Amino acid sequence: MTQATDYIEVKLPAKADYVSIARLTVSGIANRMGWGYDDIEDMKVAVAEACTNVVDHAYEQGGSMVLGCHVRSDAIEVSVTDEGQHFDMERLAEEKGPVSGTKPVAELKEGGLGLFLIDTLMDEVEIRGETGVAIVMRKFFQRDGVEENVDAAGPINKQEQ
Amino acid sequence: MNMEVAHTREEDKDLLKVAGEIDAYTAPELREALVPLTEKEGNLVVVDLENVDYIDSTGLGIFIGALKSAHNYNGDLKIIGLNERVHRLFSITGLDEVIDIGEEREEAK
Repeated sequence: MTQATDYIEVKLPAKADYVSIARLTVSGIANRMGWGYDDIEDMKVAVAEACTNVVDHAYEQGGSMVLGCHVRSDAIEVSVTDEGQHFDMERLAEEKGPVSGTKPVAELKEGGLGLFLIDTLMDEVEIRGETGVAIVMRKFFQRDGVEENVDAAGPINKQEQ
Repeated sequence: MNMEVAHTREEDKDLLKVAGEIDAYTAPELREALVPLTEKEGNLVVVDLENVDYIDSTGLGIFIGALKSAHNYNGDLKIIGLNERVHRLFSITGLDEVIDIGEEREEAK
């Protein structure tokens, strides 16, 4: 059985000015899908982090970022793609992590929290580097729902009888 | 989709009240308002986030920078009035362990 999937795409200039548009677009779609307040707030932060990465790293001179939203019966899938230089996402990923309470304040880094937040706030995250970089993230209606376990008929089936 | 910053000098500290959303677009304005206050020798800077309903890593980064700057000048940074959402991001990232964060604001309101 194929999953019903609507797809929405928004192309925005890769500027900080438009990060809030990406955030509000996802918020509107997720609200339409019936997500709750906390999940939507999580998605807004995750999407903003992905867009901010594009704004900060993808282009030396202006470019664009594409926000894609797959509306699935079991999940929302959001991608943020750029066509910029292939910035070293692996290095960014290595640096990611929470702030360590034991480190001297002078050694704290001001960056590196973005990818960590995406990872923490979403259920699945993939980074694809083809032409530019795409960050694909998913949130499932059932928090423990890794894709293989989700019945095609949707989240309700997973409830215990 | 904006942010407002209001600064008042109190007897023993600088108070910065922030309202709105702190993201990649608005963060530079916050940095401009906040960092110079942390560069006064031995100064205490208190940032009130009571009316902030959105923050992401760009905003969190500003506070890390401000804390470092405050410590360089033997001062300190304190953040108060965080709502539950904003507080959550400080906790997830571990920032609540390095920055002095006042009590979560009262639920009843």
